Amino acid sequence: MQKLLHWVDERLPVIDAWNKHVGKYYAPKNFNMWYFFGSLAMLVLVNQLITGIWLTMSYNPSAEGAFASVEYIMRDVEWGWLLRYLHSTGASAFFVVVYLHMFRGLMYGSYQKPRELIWIFGMLIYLVLMAEAFMGYLLPWGQMSYWGAQVIVNLFGAIPVIGEDLSLWIRGDYLVSGITLNRFFALHVVALPIVLLGLVVLHILALHEVGSNNPDGIDIKKNKDENGIPKDGIPFHPYYTVHDLLGVGVFFFIFFIVVFFFPEMGGLFLEKPNFEPANPLKTPEHIAPVWYFTPFYAMLRAVTVDLFGLSAKFWGVVVMGAAIAILFVLPWLDRSPVRSMRYKGVLSKIALAIFVVSFVVLGYLGLVPATEGRTMVAQILTVLYFLYFILMPFYTRMEKTKPVPERVTG
Amino acid sequence: MRKLIFGLFIAALPALGLAAGASVPLDHIETDHTNKESLQRGAALFTNYCMGCHSMEYARYKRVSDDLEIPAELFEENLIFTGAKIGELMKNSMNKDMAADWFGAPPPDLTLETRLRGESWVYSYLRGFYQDDSRPLGVNNVVYANVGMPHVMVDLQGLCAVEPSIGVDASVEPLSGNINNGDVCPEYAIEGSMSAAEFDQAMYDLTNFMSYMADPIRVERERLGMFVLIFVAIFFIFAYLLNREYWKDVH
Repeated sequence: MQKLLHWVDERLPVIDAWNKHVGKYYAPKNFNMWYFFGSLAMLVLVNQLITGIWLTMSYNPSAEGAFASVEYIMRDVEWGWLLRYLHSTGASAFFVVVYLHMFRGLMYGSYQKPRELIWIFGMLIYLVLMAEAFMGYLLPWGQMSYWGAQVIVNLFGAIPVIGEDLSLWIRGDYLVSGITLNRFFALHVVALPIVLLGLVVLHILALHEVGSNNPDGIDIKKNKDENGIPKDGIPFHPYYTVHDLLGVGVFFFIFFIVVFFFPEMGGLFLEKPNFEPANPLKTPEHIAPVWYFTPFYAMLRAVTVDLFGLSAKFWGVVVMGAAIAILFVLPWLDRSPVRSMRYKGVLSKIALAIFVVSFVVLGYLGLVPATEGRTMVAQILTVLYFLYFILMPFYTRMEKTKPVPERVTG
Repeated sequence: MRKLIFGLFIAALPALGLAAGASVPLDHIETDHTNKESLQRGAALFTNYCMGCHSMEYARYKRVSDDLEIPAELFEENLIFTGAKIGELMKNSMNKDMAADWFGAPPPDLTLETRLRGESWVYSYLRGFYQDDSRPLGVNNVVYANVGMPHVMVDLQGLCAVEPSIGVDASVEPLSGNINNGDVCPEYAIEGSMSAAEFDQAMYDLTNFMSYMADPIRVERERLGMFVLIFVAIFFIFAYLLNREYWKDVH
């Protein structure tokens, strides 16, 4: 065994790679529970890949056969119901852990220098994940799949001049059809997963180059012992591998409660109208995207005025796009001398709280039908969402920060 | 900090009023997929009264026969009317184009109906027909206004002369001891062969069967789920101990 390892290592630097990324990767010893969600996102990604591959074996990507093949998986394929519920629940779980992972980054300033690239790769992962989820949602070919895709693809039509042609090009047809389904299938199961995996590798490589941040936002590499090992660092393996097992246990417990007892999650994870096959002649009364898109959907609907001769719909799309785009430049908006929320001033704390509340309430507003009052609340919250970013260069510089300790505080 | 977050939530509360759609009041039921007798009676009702028009084309007869413990021979003799083999999907012979001519729209497939509309909706709908001469088929439904479906179980329920009171809880009048709304229909235009209580039970059985058909794995899934959760809990104990052992020397 040792000889084999040696043989391989002479030809491929496996021991080097192991040491660099696992065995001698020194992570700060003061990670708290917020640091579980990165590894959990990996776990869910693996779940999605494996269940996805097996679902593909029985799924039929055609307008005539898609809906029936999903029911075939649910009824006639051995353990097919479990594969599908793991995949559908996994999709929502992915966004849950990714949102919490991103919140961790916001809270502890993990995007700040020198981790800008990690943040940008992470944002690209988030973007691809949204595309992946959106295209996957069309595949069951239910009513909500169909009309959700119809609404989203039509958004591109709001772009002046090229809009109509662009949405036609995306659909490959004048309305969402079997042609659209086929290309979404190809993108969902081949193209986007490859991109996603590549980005995850880049995200982790960039992380391991500069090292992990921690709840204190301290650079542990500044304090090394005589062997060049950070005094506040511990090897990722075995310390964080066994530690992450705890997170896996808690996560699986909640995840399996949903999978085995509430796979529809009251219509949030599997929407009721999706139990009816897609019907291009019958528009559902209320079209809502799946919960993880609803904050942006609420922003889209919040824009109700035409401006500069362009439709409100177009400006809604612009606002929605800007809401995601602005996250990319976050590393350059934060001018604070400290990273962690623990040592930032009160303004940063208030701003983050307002941001979180706006995002969550917008998510709720995107789920329910719009009324006049709700639209007004959504407008206010959309402004607050953007103010968090736009004012960040000012409040992070104005406020009084607390002194950062030399060593991590646990 | 906490106060601030709390304050913001309070400020946002008026926006959180639940969606008050134009929903119809319903009679609520809890289905029970372990009640095999109920499911068997429901299967008989469905194949006899519904399947002429409504298919369950995603499900197979064999699965129903196995899950409901109805011997295959008995099942083929008494519950399959199309000459289909027991391993086949539960389709019917109604031509969809012709059906669209007759009813305005072809009768929908009902395999997933309870997951689409809800169990209580189906149960209420089945008991919601009443006489309405302005409609082409002479009947209407309080749960589904201007429905295109005839009242197929009129010989069982009878035909209610007025709108039945669905979604109104039964109550006992304290002085007389009379039960109000024990029967959703106060006055029948045509008498049926079943009493109101018998018909309610029959429609419960039918809904229960449809609910089973929409989600046939439910009982097995929840049974397995318990074992999975117990396993994860035990796994967590070992993970916790392992973690504690390793982290002993981290200070």
